[in-house]
Amino acid sequence: MVHGEAWTIKEFFVYPNEYIYWSIQIVMYPFMTGLVAGAFVLSSLYHVFGVKQLKDIARFSLVFSLALLPVAMLPLLLHLQQPMRGINVMMTPHFTSAIAAFGIVFSTYGMIVASEIWFVYRQFIVETVMELRAKPQRRAVESLQLALYSMLSLGAMDLSPEAMHKDERAIGILAGIGIPVACFLHGYAGFIFGSVKANALWMTPLMPVIFICSAIVSGIALCIATYIITMEIRKLIFNRKRKSNPRLPSIEELKSAEIQVVTITVKYLVMFLVLAITLELLDLIFRSYTAVKSWDILRSVIYERDFFKIFVLQYGLGDLVPFIIFLMPRLTIRRALVGSLLVLMGVFMMRWNVVIGGQAFSASFSGFMDYKLPIWPTSVELYKEGLFGALTVIITPFVLFYLVTRVLPVFGIKDSH
Amino acid sequence: MKNHVWRPLVIVLAIVGGILIVRTLLVPKDFGIQERGYMYGWHRKSNEAEWKKYPVKYKTAVICRECHKDQYDDIKDSPHHSISCENCHGPNYDHPQNPLGLKIDRSRGLCIRCHAYLPYKDSARANIPGIDPEKHYPQAECVMCHYPHDPRRSNPKYQKSEVKS
Amino acid sequence: MMNRREFCKNAMIMAGGIMIPLTALEVFNPSRLHAEKDGKGKVRWVFLVDLHKCVGCGFCVKACKIENDVDWDANVTRTWVERYVVTKGMPGEEPKTYIDSPKGCRDGFITQKIDQASMGLKDIKPEQISKAFFVPKLCNHCENPPCVQVCPVGATYQTQEGVVLVDRTWCIGCGYCVMGCPYGVRYFHPELHVAEKCTLCYHRLCRGMKTACVDACPFGARRVGNIRDPEDPVTKIITTEQVNVLKEEFGTKPQVFYLGYSMEVK
Repeated sequence: MVHGEAWTIKEFFVYPNEYIYWSIQIVMYPFMTGLVAGAFVLSSLYHVFGVKQLKDIARFSLVFSLALLPVAMLPLLLHLQQPMRGINVMMTPHFTSAIAAFGIVFSTYGMIVASEIWFVYRQFIVETVMELRAKPQRRAVESLQLALYSMLSLGAMDLSPEAMHKDERAIGILAGIGIPVACFLHGYAGFIFGSVKANALWMTPLMPVIFICSAIVSGIALCIATYIITMEIRKLIFNRKRKSNPRLPSIEELKSAEIQVVTITVKYLVMFLVLAITLELLDLIFRSYTAVKSWDILRSVIYERDFFKIFVLQYGLGDLVPFIIFLMPRLTIRRALVGSLLVLMGVFMMRWNVVIGGQAFSASFSGFMDYKLPIWPTSVELYKEGLFGALTVIITPFVLFYLVTRVLPVFGIKDSH
Repeated sequence: MKNHVWRPLVIVLAIVGGILIVRTLLVPKDFGIQERGYMYGWHRKSNEAEWKKYPVKYKTAVICRECHKDQYDDIKDSPHHSISCENCHGPNYDHPQNPLGLKIDRSRGLCIRCHAYLPYKDSARANIPGIDPEKHYPQAECVMCHYPHDPRRSNPKYQKSEVKS
Repeated sequence: MMNRREFCKNAMIMAGGIMIPLTALEVFNPSRLHAEKDGKGKVRWVFLVDLHKCVGCGFCVKACKIENDVDWDANVTRTWVERYVVTKGMPGEEPKTYIDSPKGCRDGFITQKIDQASMGLKDIKPEQISKAFFVPKLCNHCENPPCVQVCPVGATYQTQEGVVLVDRTWCIGCGYCVMGCPYGVRYFHPELHVAEKCTLCYHRLCRGMKTACVDACPFGARRVGNIRDPEDPVTKIITTEQVNVLKEEFGTKPQVFYLGYSMEVK
């Protein structure tokens, strides 16, 4: 069977070789890079612009963006027909292609995030090394830990006030460079689509900007949601532990800190949400007003075939409902969680409607293609390009986040950053 | 490099250097910018030669005529003269060396590619005699009545009675 | 005085510097970044399709599939033929165009019913038909091939003669070229899992032959020629008669020319 045939249903006239070649993994790819970029921008709001209230969530979202980073690449690897040759992008980059920059932009960004985390955690790493070294008798696990942390310290053991000050400045600079790079990483994901002149729905110079805005929206929403869930888990753990250690903060203390962080973060979320919706609507209005050759088929896709996915799921449940939820007075944790989960769903639907919607019509403008998401993986290809492949991509960052926080804890460290 | 701040940068440079070294090892020597410039000609030059070597399967009627002059003469004045031998007899491949390579397609499916009637008056199809494949002797092969090399003649190999029965 | 540590460091930097040859940076040579237009070669292959002559027999598709080892039953093809049937329209109703290309016309058009894919077969009464014609399609071997422009690794390229080819050993299978082609000529090879397309029978042209589809066409509806040879009959037709190309608005400068083009052609 030809690639794409398993999940494409053609209607009327479609060129013989046309199938939905870019399926669920290419929906996941901008969605995941968007989360990476958004999480990083959120952490930079504290590090660069000094939004003090975001201190608690800044460290959290920085580590989360590190955990998300490898996952931004995962859907691409799952999508490639020749994943083993993926390295060719670094070997013989053809820079007239938007994808060629991926290797370089992605690794630059990865290095910036990793370096920033190194500076943020240097004090913790060095202190851990000192602590472990001081122990006269080390267990096997502790020896391993010592080796790991010594390696992570890169031999920079200086914790003098001057050295710490240098760290601070390095973090500021890296976070500052990181914002444009994060925006570029994601804006160029938009460029990958926006520059395909063969696709009437994708080709618009607004695409990179729309992608950046929705990226930031989704990244912030994910950080809020994950932050709330993590805090709930911490509350449960603290409840149990407080019996032995009464000095731990009480539930009320945690709660008030939590709602404060969430309220501030939601403000930024709403700001970017407004920007994203404005741009998307501008694009739609412009298309219908200019009504070039492709508009007839685009209109039947947007207003008829994909109406539910675009206007109900994406704009209605994904934008309008959370907008109301966030702006209603007296925001509660639960409402914030529901709102940010809806925003995540809305951004996912936006990716879906762009990627799949862009292939919902034939380049002949005389027929349509319907996408049937493969559910049960009866072959490797149907796993990779199906529901379970997408679920793998969604679950991996949380597993990675858990693993990273084993080494670099997000909560309960005292330091100056 | 006394300042610890530069340590991550050293690692970054090491990674970049590593990639460039791997690049010299993995990239074929003849990969580069060819005649059409970087935009359209960035490729491995030897791939062109690989495509040139691709085996030819249809050798054209000129080759057939070298040995099968009688068959060529048989068809050359017929309305079917423009149909290449290999369209019905199959692609030549390495025919003289391997005489079994050719497989003649005598099926109705082959004939009705042109001779299935389509009601398109202005199309070139209208110039070709057409039949309704479902009504015109559906049980028979076309070659039982029509001589493929010259459709104006009946096929000497078959008798009309075979078809009718 | 250099200590051991510094010596090691410097030595490694030196070794690294030597290991990275300047060729690794060839890409960044600005003088070679631009496409070298107006190639210097004597040959630039072009294709000419005469829509008045095509009868939709599909011998070209069959020959192409066999010549180029395109899987016979796979629902992809390097070249195909489309059928356009335009109805007369009724009072108060506009004429409609129906298009189909069942199996890419591998077995020819042998029925009047129009294949509407999952919408079934459409039967149009002969008296309803105002015009009908067949349109062979193949890779346009564009002068500005967007598929080549978007390949991230240089696995697809254009030869000096204008033929767009795919390096099957280097393609990563990202599908960007498939999405980048406005004509839908590209697909994934069912077994090799790399981008696949019409090679304009490069192997035959190099041997002084014509493409398999040209040789298989009994009606002379397909022709291949060299636009840089003013004596070439194809060049003469293109320069003296009214020809058209497909989707000119994309700026791809397609090199497959059509005689008898009609505005219904997609």
